[in-house]
This record gives sequence, C-alpha cells and structure tokens, in this order.
Amino acid sequence: MQAFIVNRILQSLIVVLVMTLLVFAGLFVIGDPVQMLVSPDATDIEKEAVRQSLGLDQSFVVQYLSFMRDALHGDLGNSFLTGAPAMDLILKRMPATFELVICAMILATGIGLPLGILAGLRPEARSSKTIMAGSILGFSLPNFWVALVLIMIFAVGLGWVPASGRGETVQIGPIAVSFLTLDGLHHLILPALTLSLTKMALIIRVARAATREVAGQEYIKFARAKGLRKNRIVGVHLLKNIMVPLITVIGLEFGRTAAFAVVTETIFSWPGMGKLLIDSILTLDRPVVVAYLLLMVVFLVFLNLVVDLAYLWLDPAAREKGRD
Amino acid sequence: MSTDMMSKETRDADLGAPVLKIEKLCTWFDTREGTARAVDGVDLELYEGEILGLVGESGSGKSVTGYSVMGLIDPPGRIAGGRILLDGRDLTRLSEEEHRRVRGKDIAMIFQDPSMTLNPTLRIETQMIEAVRAHEACSTAQARRRAKDALDMVGIPSPEERLRAYPFELSGGMRQRVAIAIALLNKPRLIIADEPTTALDVSIQSQIIYELQTLCRETGTAMIWVTHDLAVVAGMADRLAVMYAGRIVEVGTTKEVIEQPGHPYTRGLMGSVPMHETRGRRLARIPGATPSLLHLPQGCSFRERCALADKACTRMPELAQHHQAQSIRCWHPGETDR
Repeated sequence: MQAFIVNRILQSLIVVLVMTLLVFAGLFVIGDPVQMLVSPDATDIEKEAVRQSLGLDQSFVVQYLSFMRDALHGDLGNSFLTGAPAMDLILKRMPATFELVICAMILATGIGLPLGILAGLRPEARSSKTIMAGSILGFSLPNFWVALVLIMIFAVGLGWVPASGRGETVQIGPIAVSFLTLDGLHHLILPALTLSLTKMALIIRVARAATREVAGQEYIKFARAKGLRKNRIVGVHLLKNIMVPLITVIGLEFGRTAAFAVVTETIFSWPGMGKLLIDSILTLDRPVVVAYLLLMVVFLVFLNLVVDLAYLWLDPAAREKGRD
Repeated sequence: MSTDMMSKETRDADLGAPVLKIEKLCTWFDTREGTARAVDGVDLELYEGEILGLVGESGSGKSVTGYSVMGLIDPPGRIAGGRILLDGRDLTRLSEEEHRRVRGKDIAMIFQDPSMTLNPTLRIETQMIEAVRAHEACSTAQARRRAKDALDMVGIPSPEERLRAYPFELSGGMRQRVAIAIALLNKPRLIIADEPTTALDVSIQSQIIYELQTLCRETGTAMIWVTHDLAVVAGMADRLAVMYAGRIVEVGTTKEVIEQPGHPYTRGLMGSVPMHETRGRRLARIPGATPSLLHLPQGCSFRERCALADKACTRMPELAQHHQAQSIRCWHPGETDR
C-alpha cells in the first residue's frame, strides 16, 4: 500500500514536470505580454526597460530554469499586472470556486445516482425512459444557455433568487463561505445547479449502465434468494459494486469542474478562480496562468490518487493485489 | 437407499404430508416472437428429508421450475397457472413481502457457480449475518454465532478466520461450502440446488454431494437437485424426475428410472452417460437438437427425435403410472427401439 502511494507520487512528479514545460512553452509562443502592459505610445526604450524588469529579455531556457528554481522554493512568480504573488491571487479565489463545485457535485451525485439506479433497475419502465431522455438534455444543453434560462426564470421572472454575486459570507478561519448563510445559499443555488447538470447527466448514465450490469449478476440473485429486503440489496449489494466506475466519474469530473468552471462563474459573476484565469489569459499575465495551471495539475493528480485509494477501499480483491 | 424399495403407497403413509407439492405449474415467458412455455404443467411432490433429482438438458425448464418455487421469476417471465404448496401454503398467492419472508427461511437455494454467488465486495460474515437478520430480529453477535456454527457444520476449517475473509480469498469448493452454509442458516424446509457441483473439481464434487446428502438426512430438509448430469444424481437422489421441453416425461424412484427407464428420452440420456459397461464403445446420442419452446411439435414434444414415434404421438400423452412409483409421459412406455 505504501509502495503504491510512493509510486504514484513519483509518477505525479513527472507529470507535473512535463506540464510546467508544456504550459511555459505554450505561453512563451502565444504573444508578448509587454505589449499589454505598456501604454500604446511608449517608446522602444521604455518597452525594453519593462521587458528587462520582468526578465523577458532572457532566452526561453533561462526563463524556464529560473522559473523552476523559484517554483521549487515555493515562489510561482508575481503577476505582471498587479505585482502581487500569483499564488496569493489564486488561493484567495479558490474557496469560492471549491464551494461552488462541491455543491454542484453534491447535487449531481445526490440526484443523479438514485435516478441512474432507478433507470438501471427497470430499464423498460416509462419513468426510466423519461430519466434517460432528461439526461440527454442535460448533456447537450450548453452551460451558458442553461445558466441564462435559469436566471430568466428564477431570478428575473419569479424573483426567488439573485442572479449574481456570492451574497453574505461567513468566515471560517481564512476561508469565506456562502453556504452557511441563507443569503449565501440563495446566491449559490443557481450557479451550482447550472454546473451540476452535465455531471448529473453523466452520473445518471454511468450509474444506469453499472446498475444494469450488476443487477444481472448471480450474487444479486443469491441475495434475493436469501430473502434480503430490497433496500438492503440495492443499498449494499448493488451500490458497493457500482461505486467503482462511479467514483472515477465523480472524482475526475470534480477535478475538471473545479479547474474549468469558467463559463458559469463568469455568467453569475461568481468571484472564483475561473474568472481569474480568463482575465489573466486575456492580459497574457503569464505567471498567474502558469501558476493556475500548475496548481490544477497538482490538484488533479492528487484527486486521481484519492480515486485510486477509493478503489482499493471498495474492491477488496484489488487491495490484495496492491499489497503484493 | 431404502426408499427405493418402497412402493408409492407405503411411502405416502410413512412420510405424511409432502413438504412441497407442485400442481400443474406453468411458468411462461412472453417474448416478442410469442409465449415460451418454459414450464408447462409440472406436478411434483417432495417429502421430508427426501432428495429429488430434477434432470434435463438446458432449456428443459428444470431451473425455471426451481426459480418458480423460489419466487424469483422476473418479467417477461410469469407464473401463468398452477399451485406451489409449501407445507400446504400456496406460494403463488403470496405478496412480494410474504414471499421474501419465505425465501432464505423456509426455502433456500444453492446456485451453480460459487465464484459468482457471493458478493465480491462484502466479507463472508456480512453476507451470512444479513441472511439471518433478514428473517429474525436478533443481535449481530447472535447472528454471527449462528454463521460460525453453520460454517462448522459444512466442514469449513477455522471458521472464525473465514468469517472475516472476502470471497476471493477462498477456493471454489470453500465458496460453495459457504453458500451451502448460508442456505442452512435458517434451517429451511426445502433446499433447491441448481447444479451446485457443476463448476467444481471432480474430487470436490463428490465431497460436496456427500455432505449435502448427509445434512439433508440429518436435518430432515428436503432437496431438489437440479442437474443435467444423470450420473451425479443417480448416486444420491431418492427419486428422479426427468424434464423435457417444460414437461416432466418420467418420474420414479432412482432405482426404477435408472434400471428400467421407460421414456425414450430417459433412455437416450442414460445411453449418453459414460459408464463402465460402455467403455471403449461410442456413446449413444439423442438425434436432433432440443426444439425451440416457441415451435414445439404438436403432441409429444419429443416425437421428432424419437425412434418410436408414430401416429399416436401427434397427441400429447399424459403422465401415467407405469410401475409402482414410476410414471411416464409416453404412448409407448418401456418399448425398446424398433
């Protein structure tokens, strides 16, 4: 088990290393940030001065190596635009995004999993077909459109919830959260719902497919032959076996959503990381973009590790193999 | 095999009321092409401590009969008629919840492949304790003690450790013993064993057969042993029932059926079993293939594969008494090939 984790961490380090190189090179070729920073009528000498002060006059290799050296010391550079440490900018925005994404995933799993199991248990029933048709809608409707329609109905039309912002927050240590106040919850519900729809659709489909497969297994029939109650058969025997594929989907979708909740955050003016990323890309604020992507890579790699550990917990046979 | 010697009448008198009485059971499957009559008018009786071998090829309806008794027929299948009386109580009239209380308590089932019947993600103890607690309000500790005793009974060494194990940590024979222990947990009146040894090594097979036989005798549990393998049941069953295309074609004591098979199909089955006398000779084979349940020939379902078939066979023969406890569904019972 420990060997497994160490192994995974080493693999992850390589992934992170490759990612830094890719991101750095990508942004290096995209454009010249100096053009965005100086006023349009600046002289070449002034531009050159800015370039030198940011270290942009060096060769790619030198820039990369100095970036890596700083990064190893925990310094991912300062924003070209504001001069603030890139890391601080991101970390300040992180809780808002995570709160939104966690709520979205809870919604998606809490609603999608039971619906998927239901549809899988009775594939021919009309209710199941309705659920599946709904999941296709959830897949195909673009996020921004869903967001706008939800705003039109619930914020503009019915006036039940506000259309933008984070509302009142409560401070827990260094982190501000919305979900503990009624006002915050009101602000949270629409963006979380928007973000959850595609995940919900995906979870429904995966849960349904897995349920259909597991429900046909002999051990389910044996469980019925033992006279177990239906709740126990579905809630324990079936659920534990369909969780393996579902954990993958839930884990990876969580990561993807957290990293790229951009559209939803923008529409609802949710002050999260996604908004920061878009702004930084537009201004070619390289340190922030690089720091952001690096952080996300580390986060996704970590999430993958958690998913793998969850497998081991769910599947005793795999646990045995991991031990050898 | 003392029961073999008894005539039907004396056995009835000795054993009192049957544990299980199946009357004209029909289990049909509605498919797009029509109704498949997987079980079509089956009558069976089973007494305390008795082992009945239910023999037939795949598709003959032997397993469906077992599942019907368990109440595990799922749509598109349905019980279209007949009665299943367990100690006089008609199971076909029970609600789902009433049926659940019977399953695993009064009737237990053992399945074919022990590597598939135990849930791979749950410990043995979990799967045993839940089987006790589904039918009785007792503490987990009590249920666990019962589980341990049951493992002891089926000859599993160091049951305490096995209880903590996951199924993949046990061998195939061990897993089947666990499945048998689960079946015995609630001291059922009847066990339905659906080819319980087919997936096991031959050496383990005979052990399991011997153990199940002994357990049934000791506890008075009746058992239906569903199999396609006549050789397996011949040594253990008190009576045999042979099924073909959803109907019982021959039933009798094991001795009667094995020594003087009356139905041409039973004789065909006997001929295809390798035995000492047939050594070195080509095994007999029943010509043709099992007919589709959707397109059965009119009259006797077997007539298209039967050497004795004639005009009489275009009408369905009744299951008629042939010799003491032996009944045969054939217009030409006991006749040898022409």
